[in-house]
Amino acid sequence: MHFANTLRVALRALRRNTLRSLLTALGMIIGVAAVITMVSIGSGAKAQVEAQVASLGQNLITVMPGSFSSGGMRGGFGSSASLTPEDADAIAAEVANIDGLSAEVRDRNQVLANGLNWNTNVNGVGPDYPYVRNWPMESGAMFTEQDVKSLGKVCVIGKTVADQMFPNEDPVGQTLRIRNLPFRILGVLSSKGFSIFGSDEDDVVLIPYTSHMRRVSRRTSISMIRIQAADADKVAEVKQSVEDLLTQRRRGREPDFTVRTQEELASAATATAKTMTGLLAGIAGVSLIVGGIGIMNIMLVSVTERTREIGIRLAIGAHGKDVLTQFLIEAILLSSLGGLVGVAVGVAGSQALSSYNGWPVLVPTTWIFISVAGSALVGIISGFYPAYKAAQLDPIDALRYE
Amino acid sequence: MSPVVKIQDLHKIYESGEVPVHAVRGVSLEIQRGEFIALMGASGSGKSTLMNMLGCLDRPTRGTYELDGTNIDDLDRNELADLRNQKLGFVFQGFNLLARTTALENVELPMLYGRHRKVSMETIRERAMHCLEIVGLANRFDHFPNQLSGGQQQRVAIARGLVNEPQVLLADEPTGNLDSKTSVEVMGVFRKLNDQGITIVMVTHELDIAKYCRRNLILRDGVVVRDEPVADRTDAEDEMERIKAAEAAAKLTHQAKSGA
Repeated sequence: MHFANTLRVALRALRRNTLRSLLTALGMIIGVAAVITMVSIGSGAKAQVEAQVASLGQNLITVMPGSFSSGGMRGGFGSSASLTPEDADAIAAEVANIDGLSAEVRDRNQVLANGLNWNTNVNGVGPDYPYVRNWPMESGAMFTEQDVKSLGKVCVIGKTVADQMFPNEDPVGQTLRIRNLPFRILGVLSSKGFSIFGSDEDDVVLIPYTSHMRRVSRRTSISMIRIQAADADKVAEVKQSVEDLLTQRRRGREPDFTVRTQEELASAATATAKTMTGLLAGIAGVSLIVGGIGIMNIMLVSVTERTREIGIRLAIGAHGKDVLTQFLIEAILLSSLGGLVGVAVGVAGSQALSSYNGWPVLVPTTWIFISVAGSALVGIISGFYPAYKAAQLDPIDALRYE
Repeated sequence: MSPVVKIQDLHKIYESGEVPVHAVRGVSLEIQRGEFIALMGASGSGKSTLMNMLGCLDRPTRGTYELDGTNIDDLDRNELADLRNQKLGFVFQGFNLLARTTALENVELPMLYGRHRKVSMETIRERAMHCLEIVGLANRFDHFPNQLSGGQQQRVAIARGLVNEPQVLLADEPTGNLDSKTSVEVMGVFRKLNDQGITIVMVTHELDIAKYCRRNLILRDGVVVRDEPVADRTDAEDEMERIKAAEAAAKLTHQAKSGA
């Protein structure tokens, strides 16, 4: 009953001055909404970069010939046969915890089909390639290990190539000519869009790497090996095993290969995203502080100007505790109301920005919590403090306050 | 019967300024139940300070104060608040009503604190309404203070003072902010309450207001210099008749002038 009375008193006090209550809540709303919108934009951008990095494949390890170090005029650099299909076979046979592996030979060629021609990337790969790249087929199927062994004249094409060469028909089952050799199209890859380096990933024709080396490019070395580790925890272990195995296969010669993990490849891209998140978190922090000061101002002023009211309540028999509880309830109600509306406005604002500007936004729950809790804390403390001071006064002094 | 208020050698010294101000310098006083007392004196005579101490809003520097048998020196802040809530009603010069709060809710306020906490909202509402009826404002229960005249606001404040059935109703210059006609109106309410047996102590510096009371105390420089019963009490109803007659006369003269 006692608490019910205090609650009633607090609700009456809020209702009595609707404008003041709304303005106080508005301080909260703006603070919370600003933080959420800012962080949503930042997290959205970061998530987009991360998604692009993830589209490279998962738990990926790449082996490249030669040295990647920028100052690198090293012995093995430029050696045309530094990485061989046998290296790839050896890794597949001997290294544990590998989920998928694909050798890769890259080239650019003019391709012909359907009375049209198109200059595109013709890459020789293994049958695991779509799996390793996390790149599902849109129609048809990938070629098999059997096609690799038999130097099969089969291919799988990317979405861009399919659109260019077969604008109005189903490419699966048709024939594509590369260097005048007919390759039967087994399937079409789904669209992957642009890579983080800006090239069109769908502008590609995949053929067995054996066919590529013997029939098309006549190369003896491969461009890279892509390996997918079984687990994120195993990436480092697999990388070490691959390095050890390849070093062993070089029999004491200077290592002429580089093994890199996806994290290393993606680190530049994620660094950019991190800078952006940091920047936006900074802006969010500033809006939180500015919002907090706004809340503090209006709370301090509105409670201080009610010192006389506190005096009246004390004079007619309220305990200091009754007054404090009342102001605490008021501050909590206003803060939670303002916080909730602030979250709604912030989320709606983020969505509006997203649909209007096409920015990717992601509303992070942690920041919703931080902004609401932070603002509520500031609101409650700055509402409580002047009420506490007034409740300590002798009633007669509180009554004389103007 | 024991006195409801018993003070002995009461002193109040304010230390806040550069020079300590000795506002009340040894007042001893007994007030019996059913009395109607006016505390009079020029400004600075200590009457308001004495009033605030009687109302337990301020503590004496020295001396004892027993209210209804309780020595207030033994009480802490909260017990003092309960005492104000249960045994005292206070009417201020400036009304001190909560703004933007209806007359009824203002009168309900004392019942939301103290021992009345367990009373149901319906009972609280009924009793507040009853007190508004006593001061003749039941028909204005849903008005805000700014929609009421000064006299009406003061009557709401009196109703608030009455709602917990206090032992003593204290009023600090209740007519100080009112014109003479509304003053008579408010004094009529006090007189009626006193006739029903309620003890009233009020501060005033107006002699004609003090004449409504039964006993006049005059303070000067913090001590009581005169304490006497009122010989020829003014009756509010008679006074009202007189004012109305005077008004009517003024109106007639005015009309006669404008007619001429």
